[in-house]
Amino acid sequence: MDHQPQIETMAVNPARPENSRALRWKSFYKKLAKNKAALAGAFIILVFALLAIFAPLIAPHNPSTFDLPNKLQPPSSDNWLGTDDKGRDILSRILYGSRISLVVGILSTILGALVGIILGIVSGYYGKWVDTLIMRICDVLLAFPGILLALAIVSVLGASTTNVIIAVAFYAIPTFARIVRGSTLTVKKLEYIDAIKAMGARDTRIIFRHILPNIMSPIIVQSTLYIASAIITASALSFLGMGTKPPTPEWGTMLAQGRSYVAQAPHLTIFPGLVILLVVVGFNLFGDGLRDALDPRSKK
Amino acid sequence: MFLYIVRRIFQTIPVMIGVTLAVFLMMHLIPGDAAKIMAGENANPEQVEQMRENLGLNDPLYEQYFRFIGNAATGDLGNSIRTSRPVTQEIFDSRFWITVQLAIIGTALAVLFGLIAGIISATRKYSFADVSLMVIALFGLSMPNFWLGIMLIYLFSVNLGWLPVAGWGTWEHMILPAITLGTAGAAIIARMTRSSMLEVLDQDYIRTAYAKGVGDKLVIYKHGLRNALIPVVTVVGLQFGSLLGGAVVTETVFAVNGLGRLIIDSIRAHDFPMVQGTILVCAVLFVVVNTIVDISYRLLNKRVDLN
Amino acid sequence: MNLTKEDKILEVKNLCTSFFTDEGEVKAVDGVDLSIEKGKTLGIVGESGSGKSITSLSILRLLQEPAGRIKEGEVIFKGEDLVKKTKKQMREIRGNNISMIFQEPMTSLNPTLTCGEQIAESIRIHQKLNKKKAWAKAVDMLKLVGIPSPEKRAKQYPFELSGGMRQRVMIAISLACNPELLIADEPTTALDVTIQAQILELIKNLQKELGTSLMIITHDLGVVAEMCDKVAVMYCGKVVEYADVKTIFTNPKHPYTIGLLNSVPKHDEDVEGDLSIIPGSVPNPFHLPEGCRFAPRCPHAKEICLTKLPHLEETFDGDKVRCWIHSEEWEKQGKAVNAHE
Repeated sequence: MDHQPQIETMAVNPARPENSRALRWKSFYKKLAKNKAALAGAFIILVFALLAIFAPLIAPHNPSTFDLPNKLQPPSSDNWLGTDDKGRDILSRILYGSRISLVVGILSTILGALVGIILGIVSGYYGKWVDTLIMRICDVLLAFPGILLALAIVSVLGASTTNVIIAVAFYAIPTFARIVRGSTLTVKKLEYIDAIKAMGARDTRIIFRHILPNIMSPIIVQSTLYIASAIITASALSFLGMGTKPPTPEWGTMLAQGRSYVAQAPHLTIFPGLVILLVVVGFNLFGDGLRDALDPRSKK
Repeated sequence: MFLYIVRRIFQTIPVMIGVTLAVFLMMHLIPGDAAKIMAGENANPEQVEQMRENLGLNDPLYEQYFRFIGNAATGDLGNSIRTSRPVTQEIFDSRFWITVQLAIIGTALAVLFGLIAGIISATRKYSFADVSLMVIALFGLSMPNFWLGIMLIYLFSVNLGWLPVAGWGTWEHMILPAITLGTAGAAIIARMTRSSMLEVLDQDYIRTAYAKGVGDKLVIYKHGLRNALIPVVTVVGLQFGSLLGGAVVTETVFAVNGLGRLIIDSIRAHDFPMVQGTILVCAVLFVVVNTIVDISYRLLNKRVDLN
Repeated sequence: MNLTKEDKILEVKNLCTSFFTDEGEVKAVDGVDLSIEKGKTLGIVGESGSGKSITSLSILRLLQEPAGRIKEGEVIFKGEDLVKKTKKQMREIRGNNISMIFQEPMTSLNPTLTCGEQIAESIRIHQKLNKKKAWAKAVDMLKLVGIPSPEKRAKQYPFELSGGMRQRVMIAISLACNPELLIADEPTTALDVTIQAQILELIKNLQKELGTSLMIITHDLGVVAEMCDKVAVMYCGKVVEYADVKTIFTNPKHPYTIGLLNSVPKHDEDVEGDLSIIPGSVPNPFHLPEGCRFAPRCPHAKEICLTKLPHLEETFDGDKVRCWIHSEEWEKQGKAVNAHE
């Protein structure tokens, strides 16, 4: 407590605005670093990212080489996670599969988020009929529950990895558009936006300099959590034969193929499923942690 | 209130129009010649032309759309290419009811277990029970349900032999698919209930209740839960929708002849009228359920009336 | 005046309540002594963070455990120590013998229950009346607190009522079981000025009518002048001055009390002069000053104030003050350390 006399009101002095952003980031890092669950999530994501990148170096076998005499072998020193119905090494297929799952999960989220953010900002910022139109379109997209929208899109475009990305991205659009619209409306109401407008700033400048930075936190949180569900949806599509086609090593297709052998060789289905579970847990943990750290309401 | 219900029902009209338009356009967005794809690879040009004529693809687009809605309104969604039977018959003979049954049981399980877990967690914050339940919920949420289904079959049907591997009919057939379908929902509802409950238990009126001398149990259930459930209701509605979607996967795993398998089989066979019809029915069902949920939300949460 | 023990309905002795957070312990209430005489009104005055609300929550043991905890002290209500009571015993006292009105009428009522149900609830719990009788009593209570057409209002939900009406409902809830002591925590702060006067008037009249003792917590000296018999001024978890209401206004002794009084605009004075403001701000609760807690902001502070905490001492006119100025040591001290020029 310094003894310098300061003339201030008796109320608690408000945080100085110029410090508030730096302070916010500092408290964000502090909270995130304290959140063990979030760190565990980040660690899982990092490990899988490295495994995906270095899959060709790490994989003990070629993921596509048939070895029929050696099929359906349980885990051994040579094939740590056993072999599948064609004698291929499951560990190597899982490692290569992480490339597809991560890329599909992340790309579809980015794609969907980008379109959703643009629509959400336009909708929230300009309002009126544009807003009504965009929100009605979102309602229509959301009326196709869960995986059905993706299935409808794949049924039109055909089954392939690229189309899975498009299909999963589509479902992200209304989710992001709604969140961004809500946040934009809140920010737009702040007085300083009016002040900037009065000073003659152009719309694009207001949107990119003032609104977008202010709505980043919900977008970041939602993106992380969406990647988790995107990975599940994408693998479900492949499992149904509506996504990545065999023989490409992909977790969902591995499960679809292993299904028939569940009685005699359960390792065909146990391991790919566990891996999906682990990655998704990673993204969910990290997303939850980000939300807690970015939420101004959570003090403790 | 009556006015609100009428307005809310009218609000679904643009969504319904959008949904029918989207489903209608599906056939026209297919890259290449839809008629050719549907007629099959070995079809000769006359057969393709016949298919085009049957589907009315030669008429102007708007005419086709109005015919589509007009027919749909009278319960005619065209004929299946695969079986030649009317699409509505294929859907409503038994499949629709099986899927709805599955979705309702799944939702009921999700609500039951989700609520119980959420309440236990919230009232024993940071206890062992809370932490374990939330870890379980995290895993439930992160688990691909098709994998869960396979694992349940492996455990309960193959190894223990307690329950049938596949099919539909008796209650024993329903257990595993319902668990498979309900798990993610239960996890979501548990997390939602917990956070909503914690928020409510922090409110001033909870302190007022304690200050009146109300006991812990009564405060939690009468004052806490009633308010905490309000946001949970909306989630339940959305869950029913994603369960409807999840049914596609579950039905495939357990070989249940519901709408889900119908969609998958129809997509494989390029039976587009069937795909369109099934997806349309699912979407309409979802919109109807959500409208009902919204209205009951209003009934529960009387405060919204002011706005 | 000499008071025997029986005249005191409530006596708080050396109450210490702390909050335990990640950053450390906050001594929100630190050795508070208070008492309320039967039928009289005690005011507790202080800024936010002075511990006045925590004191009242501690009396009813309504702290958010385990973060907030009573560490020591006694709360003697009708000769029995409330700190030692079991949870069940406390439940029987709350709302029955001691009740409380809170600051925010907007959020202090349950939005999903009708006003009548909320009043009837406490009647049913404490007086074991059946539903119908409790409801009738609830309607009577609404009438008592001056709500027009009480039968209709009882069936309404809080959102259908204005802020002032809701605070009346809160008062009805708190008085439903004829408590001996009513604690009002900033009962009018959240209300419009015109409504404030009505609510205070209502509390005052009901207090007279029912003979309830009252403890009123406020930062508004106007409320104190209007309502109280005795006043305790709190600063940083400690009572710094404890006196009759007349003495506080005519002969305040603690520099903080004087500062508070000077910062109230006086309408009857025609002076254009500055409104006095107490310099500085409330110290960080994690790092309280070693000596007198007001010393860093006190215009008279001397060396001893910064190092040694003064006791609450009785002065010649019965006023109790926690300040070195009124002690014999004061004359021996050197120059003032806070030169505010």
